[in-house]
Amino acid sequence: MSQIAAVVLVMLATVLIGAFGIRVSRTTSDFYVASRTVSPLWNASAIGGEYLSAASFLGVAGLILTFGADMLWLPVGWTGGYLVLLVLVSAPLRRSGAYTLPDFAEARLESMTVRRLSSVLVVLIGWLYLMPQFQSAGLVFRTITGAPPWVGSLLVAGVVAVNVLSGGMRSITFVQAFQYWLKLTALGVPLAFMLVAWWSDGRPGLVPGDEWALPLHGQDHPVYETYSLIVATFLGTMGLPHVLVRFYTNPDGRAARRTTLLVLTLLGAFYLMPAVYGYLGHVYGMAESDTVVIALPGRLVGGPVGEFLTALVTAGAFAAFLSTSSGLTVSVAGVIAQDMLRGGVRAFRVATVLAVLVPLALAGVARSLPVATVVGLAFAVAASSFCPLLVLGIWWRRLTTVGAMAGLLTGGGLACAAVVVTIIGGPHDGWAGSLLAQPAAWTVPVAFAVMVVVSLLTPSRMPRGVARTMVRLHTPETLNVDRGDWHPRVM
Amino acid sequence: MTGRPKRVTVTSPRTAAARRPRHPLTREIDEQTRLGEVYMRSLVRTQFRLALFVCSVLACVVGGLPLLFLLAPELREAEVLGLPLPWVVLAGLIYPALVGGAWLYVRQAERNERDFADLVEAPMKTEP
Repeated sequence: MSQIAAVVLVMLATVLIGAFGIRVSRTTSDFYVASRTVSPLWNASAIGGEYLSAASFLGVAGLILTFGADMLWLPVGWTGGYLVLLVLVSAPLRRSGAYTLPDFAEARLESMTVRRLSSVLVVLIGWLYLMPQFQSAGLVFRTITGAPPWVGSLLVAGVVAVNVLSGGMRSITFVQAFQYWLKLTALGVPLAFMLVAWWSDGRPGLVPGDEWALPLHGQDHPVYETYSLIVATFLGTMGLPHVLVRFYTNPDGRAARRTTLLVLTLLGAFYLMPAVYGYLGHVYGMAESDTVVIALPGRLVGGPVGEFLTALVTAGAFAAFLSTSSGLTVSVAGVIAQDMLRGGVRAFRVATVLAVLVPLALAGVARSLPVATVVGLAFAVAASSFCPLLVLGIWWRRLTTVGAMAGLLTGGGLACAAVVVTIIGGPHDGWAGSLLAQPAAWTVPVAFAVMVVVSLLTPSRMPRGVARTMVRLHTPETLNVDRGDWHPRVM
Repeated sequence: MTGRPKRVTVTSPRTAAARRPRHPLTREIDEQTRLGEVYMRSLVRTQFRLALFVCSVLACVVGGLPLLFLLAPELREAEVLGLPLPWVVLAGLIYPALVGGAWLYVRQAERNERDFADLVEAPMKTEP
């Protein structure tokens, strides 16, 4: 009962804050103006709140419990990705003035074709990321109420749609920042109680010779899959649409760097916990699934305290579904409205419905893979398309329009194909199965190679303003230099 | 090199006060002269070298760990304070290491930018 109360509470709070948010920020320009006063810590908490999805809150512990030590790389990559983002992308991206990835493509390459292709990829990545959020919402809802999975999916999708349509959630950095601290508390407090219970149980440990705790075991090709997972997560983070948009709320490039450093710290603190959940789950012989995080506190700490902790974890899980899904929906809907429909408020409403309905339908139809696995595939697509575009775009003058197009099509296309084959037809056996389930290790190098080679073959298609763009991307804001006059279009 | 007359800003006395002072090197960058390009390229190259250095260290650590576990299987089963070594590293120590690396990077990147700004904004002492 208390769990249902917790879920209702989180959903109500989200809708109410969203409704209240309309009054706080009515126009997009309010958002821009407000952004100038957001401190790095608030900004970093907001990025953390939006980033920590069901995959982090539930999925990581579930996968660690199921597959053992090799899955420890997943949270490491999801944190370390911010280090790569920090050194290669953060400050120049903020200085570019781009609000979304398609904006960046347009600003750097001065081409509407590249912009449109980037938009398509943003929508695909967003849908791929949203689908497992809805799936696991259904799964958790079934665990606590016994209702069929589609009820929970529909509930979360509905709240997200209402919330985004009312325009609240996104505009307030404060709400997303609050979500980070809620999730940290919701995972941390039960963990503290469980560790006490584990201690008084006489600290049960692993059985000697337990293969589960050893790295490089279990899968068909553990070495390849581990490396591919590392590539996807470390390079994919920079290409996630809902993460990128938050960089705009930094006042300048220097603040963007400091924000990223704080994000890394906040995520590092959070990701210390799922592994412990997985470890305790294994020691206490829990069933291997995404819902272990929900079930574990009740198992270790009984009585009313246990019930309260379970309610707290459930609230955190729904906070994770709602915050990440809202952020993603806004990013996807914005791109659909601006680049595929004609723009304006009406288009944004239609786009929001599209942005939620498609992944909701997919969640019902597609094979239910572990949530962290599907999110991992979204990272692979981002790493194979936007990572080369951003890295080469920022650091290499000779990138051409044709080269960028070819790289995005090849890398994004190959990764998407692997994803579709894995989700619809899989699991496949042997080498083919490993290559398709973890495609990043080969699609990322192919994407980079294609982008570089085609750019070198088409030197005449270098954007004309590249020198000015480089000044814009790399000079500190304190210098009084001409940065060109490009600005993202505001809806 | 020596035959070029020194550049002067031609303004009327009435507007001169309203104009923002422009430093010579930022103007070289604005006008995309060869000198301006040299300065810009040096900034991009310095920052890129730093980024590449951090990424290489990261690749060695992150890429080296699975290799280490592969080549030295006894490490997989080693224990620290009763916990398996791979867990202590991957679920614990690696996070503060990432934050430490990021902190060092931010410090150095900001220093590079300050140096560039000082260089570009300093009044030119000698003719190029």
